[in-house]
Amino acid sequence: MDKRSKMLKITNLHANVGDKPILKGLTLSLNTGEIHAIMGPNGAGKSTLGYVLSGRPGYEITEGEVTFNGQNLLDLEPHERAAAGLFLGFQYPVEIPGVSNVQFLREALNAQRKYRGDAPLSGAEFLKVAREQAGALGMDMDMLKRPVNVGFSGGEKKRNEMVQMGIIDPALAILDETDSGLDIDALRTVGDGINRIMRKPGKAVLLITHYQRLLDYVKPDFVHVLADGRITRSGGPELALELERDGYKELAA
Amino acid sequence: MSDDIDIKDKAAWDAADRVADYEHGWSSDIETDFAPKGLTEDTVRFISAKKNEPEWMLEWRLKAFASWKTMTPPDWAKLNVPPIDYQDAFYYAEPKAKPKLGSLDEVDPEILRIYEKLGIPIAEQEVLAGVEGARRVAVDAVFDSVSVATTFRAELERSGVIFRSISEAIKEYPELVKKWLGKIVPMHDNYFATLNCAVFSDGTFVYIPEGVRCPMELSTYFRINAENTGQFERTLIIADKGSYVSYLEGCTAPMRDENQLHAAVVELVALDDAEIKYSTVQNWYPGDAEGKGGIYNFVTKRALCQGKNSKVSWTQVETGSAVTWKYPSCVLNGENSVGEFYSVAVTNNYQQADTGTKMIHNGKGSRSTIVSKGISAGHSNNTYRGLVRVAPNAEGVRNFTQCDSLLLGSLSGAHTVPYIEVRNPSAQIEHEATTSKISDDQMFYAQARGLNAEEAVTLIVNGFAKEVLQQLPMEFAVEAQKLLGISLEGSVG
Repeated sequence: MDKRSKMLKITNLHANVGDKPILKGLTLSLNTGEIHAIMGPNGAGKSTLGYVLSGRPGYEITEGEVTFNGQNLLDLEPHERAAAGLFLGFQYPVEIPGVSNVQFLREALNAQRKYRGDAPLSGAEFLKVAREQAGALGMDMDMLKRPVNVGFSGGEKKRNEMVQMGIIDPALAILDETDSGLDIDALRTVGDGINRIMRKPGKAVLLITHYQRLLDYVKPDFVHVLADGRITRSGGPELALELERDGYKELAA
Repeated sequence: MSDDIDIKDKAAWDAADRVADYEHGWSSDIETDFAPKGLTEDTVRFISAKKNEPEWMLEWRLKAFASWKTMTPPDWAKLNVPPIDYQDAFYYAEPKAKPKLGSLDEVDPEILRIYEKLGIPIAEQEVLAGVEGARRVAVDAVFDSVSVATTFRAELERSGVIFRSISEAIKEYPELVKKWLGKIVPMHDNYFATLNCAVFSDGTFVYIPEGVRCPMELSTYFRINAENTGQFERTLIIADKGSYVSYLEGCTAPMRDENQLHAAVVELVALDDAEIKYSTVQNWYPGDAEGKGGIYNFVTKRALCQGKNSKVSWTQVETGSAVTWKYPSCVLNGENSVGEFYSVAVTNNYQQADTGTKMIHNGKGSRSTIVSKGISAGHSNNTYRGLVRVAPNAEGVRNFTQCDSLLLGSLSGAHTVPYIEVRNPSAQIEHEATTSKISDDQMFYAQARGLNAEEAVTLIVNGFAKEVLQQLPMEFAVEAQKLLGISLEGSVG
């Protein structure tokens, strides 16, 4: 494992929503340079894992710990986690009326940079990056000037998440069902985007998905099965094919 | 379009950055001449004498004062204001060593320094608040009760534009002033307007001659500095046939524990084919987090769209004041005249705002648009109150009204009180209203991208208010965006 180092280390994580336990002792490690896929049935806690890692309010962590590049992730506010390099690709990207994508992303990026002690990007510098990333994902600039996700189709919203990821250029991307709602062409575009942006030595990806099909484009190094709040099985890419063939029931048994 | 605002001018953002948490809350030690405390006929005479006013002006003031004594404050607004002791305030405060108007060199350097600190260019420089490439702005600086400087006068005069303090205009252009003063807002219009007629101290006078497009933005910055002092300014803008002017108004005051009264009257008149664009960013001191202190802002603003095809557009961003009572209105007498009202009103802590507009359609084919965005946080109450009236013989009138309220937290209130009086069946009136809260999903989405909670609220609120903000001239829009965020500080937990 040459230059790879531990990026994300989740140990015995328990989390509740209200009184209901959702994560029940989840343990998982990601090294830099790795792409992990998490698969599992509905209600297993996949989205909860993404939210808990990115700090969404409303989730109570009752046990366990999470470190991100050696830092206690759970101590950080959501925006601090973003500045530390964590990106959550939303399953249902949110609309913000009246705020253009350009404005949203420039403010977000510069807030992150400020937090890290970097100088803010000027309008021109930012637009250059935004143009490149939008272009690479086949999104025209007019869409970037429209309000965040307002009037976007499901596929456009997901594509927009990838443009955001490209602009923010995170160290760790947690992508929550980025493949849902995409047609075949869009799936390929999004898959290419993930590879281009995230398959780099210092980075890692946690792909949360129901289906094998995204994994045809983004080859995972590891596949894990999340069932009933825990990782019940881990393996290589072949595990995803096995799941596709046999379903989750077999595994739960 | 707004992306120009978004990304164009870092300099503008930096300038706006200086507007820290009620940054304008300091006061300055300027030697000040006060009128004797309290309000009597002598006070009125004192003010008039101080200004060397002609006899007709004094008579006008005294008539107003006599009426005012018989009037009672309006009580229909959704505002809870303790009785105001009108005898416990100063009605006139003038910085000593008053400069000769028009000669910047003679303005008290201390006052220049104050305006500099406020980011207001009193010197005739080509930029406002460090914004590169900004249009030039001529400024009338009103400090407590007097205008201390008006800039770019010579250049404006070359195009025939008269830009003066109202005190000067009364002496230099008495016929113009007499013709319109009190004609748009009548002397007995309401308690506060009548009070203003009696004791108004200074303000701005603008006349744009026929066919002239005013070569630069005109603006007035009002600053209340002295303690315990009311500010009663009076503005009169006359746009002659086929002329155009864009006018900006900014306001700040020091933080003080007592409430201070601001009762202004603004009168606009647009003749045939003339257009006036009037923008306000009102940032009077709002009081502290417990609701102590702050400005009582009782303002009467009205425009007369007298000529055919005339147009008046009001844009206001109201973030300050403990109490706001203000209804910038348009009387649409001219055929095919147009009235517009774009408003963002933010209230936080214990602020109260009752604000809106009146669109009085008397002219055939007159049209009006009302876009009101109310944002309430803390324990505040924010009311939109608007009247759309169509006269019996006004054919083909159209109005569109949109009233949106955004609530932050669970202790604030938003209220919408529309009055619609239509006496002509050909009118088309539309009224849309929404009330919403910032959703947890929006907040988390913005935070997950790197914005802290307050930045996220600011961004979402600015998006909510965008339709209005984009009506402002760019320099103001940037300041206003920043101001919205500052006003809402502490409103998210």
